[in-house]
Amino acid sequence: MYRSMAEAIRDAERSGKTLALVALEAESRDQGRPIADIRSALSRALAVMRGAVGQGLTGDLRSASGLVGGDAAKLRLGPAGPLAGTPFRDVLARALAVQEVNAAMGVIVAAPTAGGAGVLPAVLTGLADAAKLPDERVVDALAAAGLIGAIVAERASLSGAEGGCQAETGAAAGMAAGAATEMLGGSPSQAGHAVALAQQGTLGLVCDPLGGLVELPCVFRNATGAAIALAAIEMALAGITFAIPADEVIDVMGEIGRGMDVRYRETAGGGLAATPTGRRLARERLVQLKRADG
Amino acid sequence: MVSLLDIIGPVMVGPSSSHTAGACRIGLLARGLVGGTPQTALIELHGSFARTGEGHGTDKAIVGGLLGFRPDDERLRISLDIMEREGLPYRFEKTTLDEDAHPNTVRLTLERGTDRVSVVGSSLGAGRVKLTQIDGYPVEVSGALHAIVLVAEDRRGSVARIAGILAEDGVNIATLRLTRKERGGDAFMVIECDDPPGDAACAHIRELEWVRWVRCLDRVSG
Repeated sequence: MYRSMAEAIRDAERSGKTLALVALEAESRDQGRPIADIRSALSRALAVMRGAVGQGLTGDLRSASGLVGGDAAKLRLGPAGPLAGTPFRDVLARALAVQEVNAAMGVIVAAPTAGGAGVLPAVLTGLADAAKLPDERVVDALAAAGLIGAIVAERASLSGAEGGCQAETGAAAGMAAGAATEMLGGSPSQAGHAVALAQQGTLGLVCDPLGGLVELPCVFRNATGAAIALAAIEMALAGITFAIPADEVIDVMGEIGRGMDVRYRETAGGGLAATPTGRRLARERLVQLKRADG
Repeated sequence: MVSLLDIIGPVMVGPSSSHTAGACRIGLLARGLVGGTPQTALIELHGSFARTGEGHGTDKAIVGGLLGFRPDDERLRISLDIMEREGLPYRFEKTTLDEDAHPNTVRLTLERGTDRVSVVGSSLGAGRVKLTQIDGYPVEVSGALHAIVLVAEDRRGSVARIAGILAEDGVNIATLRLTRKERGGDAFMVIECDDPPGDAACAHIRELEWVRWVRCLDRVSG
């Protein structure tokens, strides 16, 4: 697999291929599997993603602790805001939906992780459905997203415990932005700028879940992560370029993660988890959880 | 080497790849060591598994693994109910293992028929796991490959004999680790293979008179 966006973009542009296709070719070479095989595995992942979106939007899910659930349905059915009826609101609802399913022990695709699993399906299926694109295009977008994620894994990290939330929902936003930019007709180089634009917007983001549970703020951070991806896609497709190349933005994300205090890396020792209300909710909910279990 | 399908995956029951999917995989591997669903289990949770395990369904995921459910099996959510319905006397305790134990670690003591095993496993993140101890022997079993775990008398030529049986079966050995507690004592062998060893090869190894105990474990990820 590629270790840099620059290399992948260069290979794609020289041969007139998409990033998705050069990613599929690289995966096929690495794993000794035919491309059709990889596409069908990605297509199964897409089916699970769509299933989770659908399940979450119905809104009758609660997490183990009861801290989160039911908010995706509010965006679908609740009062209109300024973005009602736009793909933006739909994408937010889908991101909440998948993450509510995750918190309720439903089936999701960890892409790149379970805690950041809402961003990619929300952005890709939301924008593909709005543009009425066939599923084959979304499957290829998943390949491009996998390429971007693999590069982040190599150069930085995809773990909140190592790099904070910038390495989970932040990486997911970068993956979704690059993949969707290409899916909607952007060039490989525009996709690269979308990755950089999304990732720069999440630099420094800490991982601070209440009680250490993948619930709060994780569910909402998937929605805001998706929003950042949408902003990056809109800018990249408008021809906006970001002066620092994606690879360097990813590198600095890794560097910031390594320098991040351990309180901000999934330990519930800092950030929102350590606020007075955060501590109180975690204490109450964990006690409640024990009672419920017996 | 990172694979696309590691990034876009795995398909799993939430909420946490380390606390849920990884915990399930440790349960699955431990189940393999007693050759099926254990009749009794003591599940001792350490570190973050003890602290935030309940909220992440770690208890349900480990029990689900012991029952043979994989990380994407929706029955993980109701595994504790299934355990009760089946009348399985599994017990949970919180414990503190060694200081250098990974924060997401569990010790499982399982019984099935005449088999009894104690195993320590850690969930390393992103669903990756490692068994670090079996019956007091230090081991490294990732579950990413098929594995043969065996205890044998410490004697010359044992490795060559077993490698020979596997070669005849067309199985390629990826890693092999041999440990023993003392010279002339029992040797503990973990052989990870690219291909699943056939039943015949496993039976052949089991029949060797100097092999005391052997289990063939299916891979649980990848």
